[in-house]
Amino acid sequence: MTMDSDTAITEPVPASVDHSRPDEHDHTITDKNLIFIALFLAVLTALEVAATEVDFVPDALLIPSLLIMMTVKFFVVVLYFMHLKFDSRLFSLMFYIGLVFAVALYGVMLATFHFFTG
Amino acid sequence: MSDATVNPPATAEPVHDDTIPEGYDDTQDHIGLPHDTSTGLSNTKLAMWMFLGSECLLFGGLISTYMLYRNRQGDAVGPDQLWDIPFTSATSFVLLMSSLTMVLAVTSAQRRDERRARLWLVVTALLGGLFLSGQVYEFTVFYREGLGYTTSLFASSFYTLTGFHGVHVAVGIIMLLSLVAMLAKNRIVGDKAETIEMVGLYWHFVDVVWIVIFTLVYLIPA
Repeated sequence: MTMDSDTAITEPVPASVDHSRPDEHDHTITDKNLIFIALFLAVLTALEVAATEVDFVPDALLIPSLLIMMTVKFFVVVLYFMHLKFDSRLFSLMFYIGLVFAVALYGVMLATFHFFTG
Repeated sequence: MSDATVNPPATAEPVHDDTIPEGYDDTQDHIGLPHDTSTGLSNTKLAMWMFLGSECLLFGGLISTYMLYRNRQGDAVGPDQLWDIPFTSATSFVLLMSSLTMVLAVTSAQRRDERRARLWLVVTALLGGLFLSGQVYEFTVFYREGLGYTTSLFASSFYTLTGFHGVHVAVGIIMLLSLVAMLAKNRIVGDKAETIEMVGLYWHFVDVVWIVIFTLVYLIPA
């Protein structure tokens, strides 16, 4: 079994096998698009800072709005700059397993210490 | 394992290999050749994503520890007296822009424009250095204000979290500069674009971690 597995790992996939989505390698993010994405991230950062410093967001909405903007920035970088949106789903799986496990684990840990309920 | 897997039939027609799960679609490298692996994916890239997934657990632990201890400063100085939000916002912006220059280095490498790729890598390293300088300056100011590493639980958890991130940035800068030197001396074996992309993934991860730290540590009031 081990032998077979090793063989399977080192065996090249025949060039005729095509596991890509039809448009998998047709996508292009131009440099202009990347600059636009960076500007979007910069604007979100400015909004985050303004929400904290200028106090234009009601107190009750401050933390939720900051968390939403943080999450949007996080996934924009992961999906577009790190190219995860266009890459294999296996790469996404590797990353999201770690991310979801971390959020769940430390969410439970913080709840255990009554972080959310004060 | 079937023989078909070990010795795939040499046929011109597309063959479905059951050992390759659905969704494995990154079957080609940057010059359009299939990766020489059973999945058709780059093992290096797969390993990097696994590493980054595990890093989520490391930083998750550090961030949640800080969140627990953020109000435990006792009589010592706390976040409200220390934070300089405009300054930290500026350094955050610098790190964010370094992600842009990094991705521009990767796209240049994929276009085989090595000269421009090297230039963007140097700019990324410089921006990273600027961010790190800002962090050192910030730590110095905090220390002078009376916030030592063992002053309080807040201080220890803050320095540990941001210090770990700073070490990651420093390692990233070393990787970037090494990459520039290796490209200049033509010492990179294999797909250069993929090597640059791997360093890029690490660098972007350092950026996304800072996105979380900036909001949770600096912006959300204690």
